[in-house]
Amino acid sequence: MSEAKEEKIVFQRPKALCDVVTHYCPGCLHGVVHRVIAEVIDDLGIQEITVGIAPVGCSVLAYNYIATDFAEAAHGRAPAMATGMKRVHPELVVFTYQGDGDLAAIGTNELIHAATRGENITTIFINNAIYGMTGGQMAPTTLPGQVTTSTPRGRDTKLAGFPVRVCELVSTLEGSAYIVRRSAYNPSEIRKLKAAIKTAFQVQMAGLGYSLVEVVSNCPTNWGMTPLESLKWLQENMLAYYPLGDYKVKDSVKELMAKK
Amino acid sequence: MPRIVIDVERCKGCGLCTQVCPKGDLVQMSDEFNSKGYRPSKFVDPEKKCIGCAFCANMCPDVAITVYR
Ligand SMILES: Cc1ncc(C[n+]2csc(CCOP(=O)(O)OP(=O)(O)O)c2C)c(N)n1
Ligand code: SF4
Ligand code: SF4
Ligand code: SF4
Ligand SMILES: [Mg+2]
Repeated sequence: MSEAKEEKIVFQRPKALCDVVTHYCPGCLHGVVHRVIAEVIDDLGIQEITVGIAPVGCSVLAYNYIATDFAEAAHGRAPAMATGMKRVHPELVVFTYQGDGDLAAIGTNELIHAATRGENITTIFINNAIYGMTGGQMAPTTLPGQVTTSTPRGRDTKLAGFPVRVCELVSTLEGSAYIVRRSAYNPSEIRKLKAAIKTAFQVQMAGLGYSLVEVVSNCPTNWGMTPLESLKWLQENMLAYYPLGDYKVKDSVKELMAKK
Repeated sequence: MPRIVIDVERCKGCGLCTQVCPKGDLVQMSDEFNSKGYRPSKFVDPEKKCIGCAFCANMCPDVAITVYR
């Protein structure tokens, strides 16, 4: 006779994610990344000591969703704000959450200098190759040939230059310690994303330097696709220009990971 | 018996949960509408094939799926 086993919940909303409806479009991976961040915060038990910095972009309301302290930065200035906060309160875990328009256009300067100074902060960078919030204009990360509302015939690299690869760029800076690119288009990639965000927070908590996790993401609405089509497009187009992988893992970080 | 529960009022009908089930098509799109006008997904498992792997729940941007095992 089999023993009667009590039913257990094996997947539910993490504690650090507010029980509210988000404003995100159906199928937008911002929601998945929020949840994964909240799961890591729960796992590390750092909800009370974590501060997020929200960007300008679709995720401007992240402070309504992730249940930690939060501040809202001026467009692109999240790394500067995080720097101040972390320096005054080194006991906190401080992370910025930024889109590609926020981080790689108007905020490039703040990003690069925070990274090269080796600030002990973490950036979660959502690269969806477009300005989502403002109606789908070209971003620095828009792919060559990609149609956006400001490149209706496709991004012409003669006119608009080439897309910026943020991980490759930031990994050349001495102050950066852990720079990786992940995605969230299937459960296995989401598991790897979670592991990377956890490592990034642990790198910060160990004081090893600047950490950044890029997420190759989607924008079904402004890409003009269904959510499922957008995941296919992401895999077929984005990953070739933005290969997933570890761009920089300092020796000190490798030692830390070996201990965990 | 492993099973999932979909909060149909939270669901935005994106379909991301319908393509990852290792047991086939246990998560499908419904023909009905929720109060926001989205067509939510539904759990169809007459043969009790669900293994509670939570792949479907992991894909959900709206955390509308709870998994029991
Ligand atoms: C100083 C300033 N310049 C421009 C804007 C307009 N603006 C709002 S969001 C945004 C870019 C958003 O794109 P991204 O950071 O990629 O975020 P997404 O919406 O794609 O997640 C821009 C240019 C602004 N709000 N403030
Ligand atoms: S506009 Fe794009 S990035 Fe913004 S919520 Fe909608 S799908 Fe997501
Ligand atoms: S928990 Fe796993 S097996 Fe069950 S419906 Fe979801 S994806 Fe399928
Ligand atoms: S992934 Fe979530 S929001 Fe999308 S259809 Fe499935 S349950 Fe609904
Ligand atoms: Mg964007």
